[in-house]
Amino acid sequence: MAGYNVTIGIEVHCHLSTQAKMFCRCGTDYIGKEPNSLTCPVCLGIPGSLPVLNRKVLELALKAALALDCDILPRVVFHRKNYFYPDLPKGYQISQYDFPIGVNGIIRYEVGGLIREIRIKRVHTEEDAGKLVHQGEGFRFAQSGVDYNRSGIPLVEIVTEPDLTSPEEARECLMMLRTIVRYLEVSDGNMEEGSLRCDANISLSNTPGEMGVKVEVKNMNSFRSVYRALQFEVERQSSILRSNRPVIQETRHWDEMKNVTVAARGKEEAEDYRYFPDPDLLPMNISDALLTEIRASLTEMPLHRKERFMNDYELTGNEAEILVTNKNLADFFEECLKDFRKPRLVCNWVLTEILRYLNEEGQEINQSKLTPRMLAELLRLLEKKEISGTIAKNVLEDMFLTGSGPREIIARKGISFISNEKELEKIVREMIEKNPQSVADYLSGKEKAFNFLVGAVMKATRGQASPELVKTVLARELQAGG
Amino acid sequence: MNYEEFRDFRIADFHRLFRSGELTPSALTTAFLDRIRQTDDRLNAFLLVNEEEALREASELDHASLDDTLPSLFGIPVAVKDNICTRGIPTTCGSKILADFRPPYNATVVDRLRRSGAILLGKTNLDQFAMGSSTENSAFGPTRNPFDPERVSGGSSGGSAASVAAFQVPLALGSDTGGSVRQPAAFCGVVGLRPTYGRISRYGLISFASSLDQIGPIARNVEDAAILFEALSGEDRQDSTCAPYPPFSCREIPPAETVRNVTIGVPREYFTSGLEKPVADVIRHTLDRLDREGFRLQEISLPHTDYALEAYYIVAPAEASSNLARYGGVLYGYRSANVQGLLDLYCKTRSEGFGLEVKRRIMLGTYSLSSGYYDEFYLKGMQVRTLVRRDFEKAFEQCDVLLSPVTPGVPFRIGEKVVDPYQMYLTDVYTVPSAMAGIASLSLNCGYVEGLPVGMQVMTAPFREGVLFGFSRWLEAFLDLPTPWPGRFGREEAH
Ligand SMILES: [Zn+2]
Repeated sequence: MAGYNVTIGIEVHCHLSTQAKMFCRCGTDYIGKEPNSLTCPVCLGIPGSLPVLNRKVLELALKAALALDCDILPRVVFHRKNYFYPDLPKGYQISQYDFPIGVNGIIRYEVGGLIREIRIKRVHTEEDAGKLVHQGEGFRFAQSGVDYNRSGIPLVEIVTEPDLTSPEEARECLMMLRTIVRYLEVSDGNMEEGSLRCDANISLSNTPGEMGVKVEVKNMNSFRSVYRALQFEVERQSSILRSNRPVIQETRHWDEMKNVTVAARGKEEAEDYRYFPDPDLLPMNISDALLTEIRASLTEMPLHRKERFMNDYELTGNEAEILVTNKNLADFFEECLKDFRKPRLVCNWVLTEILRYLNEEGQEINQSKLTPRMLAELLRLLEKKEISGTIAKNVLEDMFLTGSGPREIIARKGISFISNEKELEKIVREMIEKNPQSVADYLSGKEKAFNFLVGAVMKATRGQASPELVKTVLARELQAGG
Repeated sequence: MNYEEFRDFRIADFHRLFRSGELTPSALTTAFLDRIRQTDDRLNAFLLVNEEEALREASELDHASLDDTLPSLFGIPVAVKDNICTRGIPTTCGSKILADFRPPYNATVVDRLRRSGAILLGKTNLDQFAMGSSTENSAFGPTRNPFDPERVSGGSSGGSAASVAAFQVPLALGSDTGGSVRQPAAFCGVVGLRPTYGRISRYGLISFASSLDQIGPIARNVEDAAILFEALSGEDRQDSTCAPYPPFSCREIPPAETVRNVTIGVPREYFTSGLEKPVADVIRHTLDRLDREGFRLQEISLPHTDYALEAYYIVAPAEASSNLARYGGVLYGYRSANVQGLLDLYCKTRSEGFGLEVKRRIMLGTYSLSSGYYDEFYLKGMQVRTLVRRDFEKAFEQCDVLLSPVTPGVPFRIGEKVVDPYQMYLTDVYTVPSAMAGIASLSLNCGYVEGLPVGMQVMTAPFREGVLFGFSRWLEAFLDLPTPWPGRFGREEAH
């Protein structure tokens, strides 16, 4: 990128995971619903209707702001952001302006193995608008409808300072933000469904530490498109600068089909939102009691957890990463450790057998019937060599399907495993007596004969003995006999 | 039914007749409907008469068992200003832009009226979106003053005030943003209350300026106004600005002996050159009588009065410009035909749908909120508002009630001020400060100038409606003026 300094800041909107909308009691579960079926006078902005804040919105937004190390403002004031658009039923959006929920936060994430710290400018809430639905073909015959099901769904908006220096960093930072909101259970963070959206501003300059002309890029609806749109802008702006032309300050939309950004209409730039405090909603004070309560409910942040997994459990960076990115999986892992403190073994099973099963079934760990306690019990049996690895895998599958514990399954399946060494010794001795030739072969140094004897013992126990135990006992008995 | 016989009746009197079987809710409703039919082609107080449904509701009440605990407004017809939402019944705001609007829900006050047994008789005329002081700004023609049909009924609740004065209905609801209940009540010689901000839910009141709008009762006497207020007041979970107070109870009204101990403040700034002499004389005369009666009268100062009106005309239009943004022809209401594209849809719909005064205030408000002017206008307006509120707080440290004129003059002639908006705005000069302060304030007839009523404004500190009603009821009895009975309108008087 030929020596230009790239400066990027991102602005992330997430739907908050509330049951009801921000200012009315309509449901938020709008995916796949009949247009305008989740509406009422309030979220339709019918004359005379008034907003009443859903307290849950405040709690979730505070949670996000606290998790991002923000300073919390003691007073919440909602402002009106005035503009005309058909998907905006009241002609204004209820948002926050000079009193956001939190300011001056930090987000830490990893890129290329290095930890980066990006400053968070502000975290605030606002209501979402509806959605235009275009029908018909060609401009002249086209018709537009408006679906207000999304209107009034609460959003938390997280704005970073322009501290990012490459499209890759922007993508990683966004991914970390998504992991965080999911961790906090503040949002489902689903980009495909539009519950997580990202805008970015990007500028290039010749001089380090100095910013160039800022271009805002909108309409990016996947991590990939964020990366590609910003990469496109780096190329585009570099080539403009190289030819000594000025970059125009403007808003551009990412065209997913053509892989280019295109300039939006100039009007959007000149918009004056005429913010003023919403007189329908009185200012509110954030009590210390509420903050304390929310602080107590905060979970460990993913990056910190990853470091802890690597230090405390001696997992590799890659293993820890896979675990913590999926909070439920990491929770499952740690829960299992409470009953069976062998992190390495648990991690292996979680990342191989369990993930494989979940992927095949398209399930999340918390949706499955398998509990951490069940896995711990299974691994204990395995460790004590009471069952073989093959049997353990078999039993695990059964646990997923039935939700029964390992002992129950083993009993049901008639796997009466031979755990009693005395009993096994008896069988081993029997086999030694029955196969003098093989014993002789073994004693004369033929390794294969040993395997033959193991097989014979296994056969005699109908596969119910732990092969490891069989080997140990056999070796001991052969030694004693010889 | 003979109206002359009923002219001094209160709710309690109608209830007495219901109980004794001499009158039924149906008969009473029919009588008022007849009265409207006879008088309203001249007055134009009603935009809609809810005849069929009112009769049906009344006949349901006819069969109710009448014990001692009648709901407070049982069988009493009530008219509702047409900026208050009524489910399925057109609610126009006096504007073409909402001419066909039928709300899908009831305002909280409408539900509360129904719960109290009242019968919704119809929707009354108003200045478009409650912006005006004469009801001449209605898209459906002005409401005339029952005392002189060549004069205005006041505004913006002119329809409600005129309908009560002409006894088309015993009770009505208005809304008061800067004086829109008290000023028309004064012009029509009836009682109008602007309650403390937050005492009556605004849910379902089509917003003009949210931080100032309050629904208020209009009645023929103080007692009825108090009963109506009792039925409407109280917290509403659908309105965040509604105060978390228990509903007002008429039991809070102190008895006459207590009322005699109140200290009366008379704000100096309300008796300056803008006050017309005949009105000043009626007010002064009343104050003199109170003085002779032994009340403690005290001149007080509300030093920021001069700035209150200017600040009001910044704050109210600013909020209005935002509240009225939703009328764009997309979801409901009027939509201009033959538009080319979205911007054209907005521009033509709003140009054709809104009246002149509404457009004027939207322009004012848009300007004072725009970036670069916000600090200079909107913010300044809000700061002045705080100073005005403090003036009243200080005043109420010294006295229990404040007395002042309601309007600078008697009802003016139709067309007289409509050409000069500033002259029109000045008619609210005595009602705006208390609205800006959010305090309780009531207008009460205290005499006549050449057959035209003159109102007295009684003000108390926030949430002191008990004292307000107590003093006003005493004053009403003391003045002993005949209840309004204007006679110079309608078919019956024509011959
Ligand atoms: Zn809703």
